[in-house]
Amino acid sequence: MNKTVLDLWVGLFVVAGIAALLFLALKVGSMNTVNATDSYEIVARFENIGGLKARAPVKSAGVVIGRVDRIQFDTGVYEAKVTMRVDKRYPFPKDTSAAILTSGLLGEQYIGLAAGGDSAMLKNGDTLKITQDAVVLENLIGQFLYGKAQEGSPQ
Amino acid sequence: MPTIWAWGRNVLKRALENLGNSTVQGVWRMGFATRFFLAVLMHSGTAFRRFGLTIREMYFTGVLSLIIILVSGLFVGMVLGLQGYETLQTYGSEEALGVLVALSLVRELGPVVAALLFASRAGSAITAEIGLMKATEQLSAMEMMAVDPIARVVAPRFWAGVISMPLLAALFSAMGVLGGYLVGVQLIGVDEGSFWSQMQSAVDFEQDILNGVIKSVVFGVAITAIALFEGYDAPPTAEGVSGATTRTVVTSSLAVLALDFVLTAFMFRGLN
Repeated sequence: MNKTVLDLWVGLFVVAGIAALLFLALKVGSMNTVNATDSYEIVARFENIGGLKARAPVKSAGVVIGRVDRIQFDTGVYEAKVTMRVDKRYPFPKDTSAAILTSGLLGEQYIGLAAGGDSAMLKNGDTLKITQDAVVLENLIGQFLYGKAQEGSPQ
Repeated sequence: MPTIWAWGRNVLKRALENLGNSTVQGVWRMGFATRFFLAVLMHSGTAFRRFGLTIREMYFTGVLSLIIILVSGLFVGMVLGLQGYETLQTYGSEEALGVLVALSLVRELGPVVAALLFASRAGSAITAEIGLMKATEQLSAMEMMAVDPIARVVAPRFWAGVISMPLLAALFSAMGVLGGYLVGVQLIGVDEGSFWSQMQSAVDFEQDILNGVIKSVVFGVAITAIALFEGYDAPPTAEGVSGATTRTVVTSSLAVLALDFVLTAFMFRGLN
């Protein structure tokens, strides 16, 4: 085997390998993860977060605008403290509300932000005042059955 | 009666002796392997200063492994597409096929299966080559000419393996995703847009792809180190070389699977 031909083959191999990595990075995965420099943190407290996990999307009007950074348990008020990172390009008013929603019937859970009407904007580290907990299916079924039972009971 | 007792004691004694002997031998080999590994690292300068040597070895370990890696990647991806579709359609979520194919390939199957193929395709060849070099006293001849065989023969092969492995694993994963796409979208008819978009939103660059690359680098180090050591340590006979080649494939496959468990436990424990 000629030395230069061999070099050519190895070069092709390396180029193909790097192309495969690029394909994985750009086409299979997404590079647009929110990083710390061009995003701001907001905090929301929930009584029940259901199945929400770190890295879950934060959406507004269905558009992904950030990610859940971390979820902690606040022993002061016995509530879940959810910290999320929202892209700096999307400022939100102070009275924005957060709700934990589910995509599809059994899909992943995400945080939906609904903008309010305040003229002041949220700053890094602010806490959202209005939150709506995750819907727990068992509670919903329980309420439904309870309602049915009351309907059917003779007065 | 006393003869039976004596016989029993003898058997027990021999078993204990064998156990002790193999333990001591194992520890001895372990120490030699560590010293060998450090020597390879110390002499790595040559592998980079005379990069032509490493490129030559990359041709044999990397380029010649391409066919088996690409074809297996394609077929693994196609099987994942078929099986994943069968399971997912029962839950009416066949759009998640892209996520299933991509995540299982990038996180696990890509690095692991590529490493197993690499161990049997390239690892065995390395062991046989170095074992035969030792058996035909080529290594001793080099030492006579004041050429360090570890620097000249072993280190370039080590670095060639370490560089080739992540590239091969990435190619395997990419081919697998293409195979899943071919079967899922072109053959079965899953919606193309949701196939790619769900995949993109589920696969994270750092968490999934970078961790897969780290895995394959670790596997590359483990496989080439084991293959080189087995070859270097092989008894200089035909039987010894064949035994060493078998041991390379068995040991490095086991090492890959065990390391994969450890790495996965570290990398993905905090995810969910």
